[in-house]
Amino acid sequence: MDWGFVIYKAIICVGVFGIALVVAMYSTWWERKFAAYLQDRLGPNRAGPMGLLQPLADGIKMFMKEEIIPNVSNKFLFILGPCLCMLTACMTGVVIPWAKDVMVDGKMYPIQITDINIGILYLLGVVSIGVYGIMIGGWASNNKYSLIGAIRASSQMISYEIAMGLSIISLVILTGTLSFREILEQQDAGLCYAAINPLGFIIFFICALAETNRAPFDLPECETELVGGYHTEYSSMKLGFFLFAEYINMFISSAVMAGLFFGGYNFPWAKELYESMGLNEGDTWITVIGFGVYFVKILLFISLFMWIRWTLPRFRYDQLMNLGWKKLIPLSILNIVLVSVGRYVYTHYFQ
Amino acid sequence: MLLQIQTTEYIFWFLSFFAVMCACMVVFTNKPVHSVLYLVLTFFAIAGHYVLLNAQFLAVVHIVVYAGAIMVLFLFVIMMLNLNHDTEPVKNNLLRAMAVLAFGTLLVTLVGALKGASIPMRTDGHTEIGMIKRLGDTLFKDYLLPFELSSVLLLAAMVGTVLLGKKEIKS
Repeated sequence: MDWGFVIYKAIICVGVFGIALVVAMYSTWWERKFAAYLQDRLGPNRAGPMGLLQPLADGIKMFMKEEIIPNVSNKFLFILGPCLCMLTACMTGVVIPWAKDVMVDGKMYPIQITDINIGILYLLGVVSIGVYGIMIGGWASNNKYSLIGAIRASSQMISYEIAMGLSIISLVILTGTLSFREILEQQDAGLCYAAINPLGFIIFFICALAETNRAPFDLPECETELVGGYHTEYSSMKLGFFLFAEYINMFISSAVMAGLFFGGYNFPWAKELYESMGLNEGDTWITVIGFGVYFVKILLFISLFMWIRWTLPRFRYDQLMNLGWKKLIPLSILNIVLVSVGRYVYTHYFQ
Repeated sequence: MLLQIQTTEYIFWFLSFFAVMCACMVVFTNKPVHSVLYLVLTFFAIAGHYVLLNAQFLAVVHIVVYAGAIMVLFLFVIMMLNLNHDTEPVKNNLLRAMAVLAFGTLLVTLVGALKGASIPMRTDGHTEIGMIKRLGDTLFKDYLLPFELSSVLLLAAMVGTVLLGKKEIKS
């Protein structure tokens, strides 16, 4: 057994997990600050400087709240619901390469938990399992509002998964690979796939909004109709898990979009910059700079999610379904045709 | 190397046991929702077997299609119908005896058929047989016509569903 390898993997796993949790935690703070800015308010400013300790205070409050499990519900499934939500949210970050490889003692170490050659399909698979947490939680609550919320959430997620998968297929046709890492490497020269395949990116972005149950697609927790949606019966940290999973999902989907369509850790004139700094491949600084660039892209996407949430009103349910099935799916099929023709013409006449 | 083979074998036995146990629980639990959830677990165990056979693509597609889409629709229907075991009709003893007899006959036939069969060990197999590149090559070179035909079949099924699901226009 190679212990160095085990330790390295453990560090990467804990690192990715920790970053995802911290970013999710501070997304709640940033969401409030951002909303306050848009609505000309101050936002949280009591706990710590600029309200920076607010997420901690929220967490403590969540833990201290009384935990109520309805008598009539199935206890095991009731607890399993939020656990599954958290689990699938954390599992998606596995295939994302966070920075360029780093060299330690003459050996290259990728900053990625694992590079499976079907990374994108794995991502789709985990996303499709994510429905179960919500469905099981909503059903086990034994409450009509929860059940309707859960069914809304899952039908929404299934509907938008199709358009999302189709937009990813257009990207796969373009890149010729299913490996996350290779797609990022192909955008090395500062050219990003959002510029080549803009329609695919827009469809993917809309679907990501719907998959994470963010406004304007937050019908599952539509207060005016459903009390609290699928987590009506939940209290204490189990409710916290549901809310937290949403923020982790937002972080991961931002990372996926920034990676697949905007080059991840690559940026224009990266090579020239590294050369002028006198850095060779495998230097720690390249990894650090690449990670920083990727992180800024992710944060910009998270902010875009929030901007949209506090700008657009919620869709009606039939509008949501019409958009998904009658507009996005035909559009993404059209996009596949366009991309295939474009690729054929490019490889046969311009190379 | 020896250690690795042993680990794979342990995983194989664990997955097999898990799959069979969950499959039995699908039948034995008296709540429909639990049955569906056990079936999902069975699918996961089978996906694990695919990974052991180096068929990653098949494993993921299995999860996406069966666990992620079809079983969710099953759950949907069962949750909407709100089936409970007290609404289930009680079957009489004659019917039960008939069921046991029918299944016993099937079992005897299956055992009889499988007894004489020998399972040859494949040694010529590629270790990359399930990898996506090889799969794509095989599908689009050797089996292009069956592949296209099955896609036409799927399209026909889809059109049929839309036609059946459409509301009738009152004339």
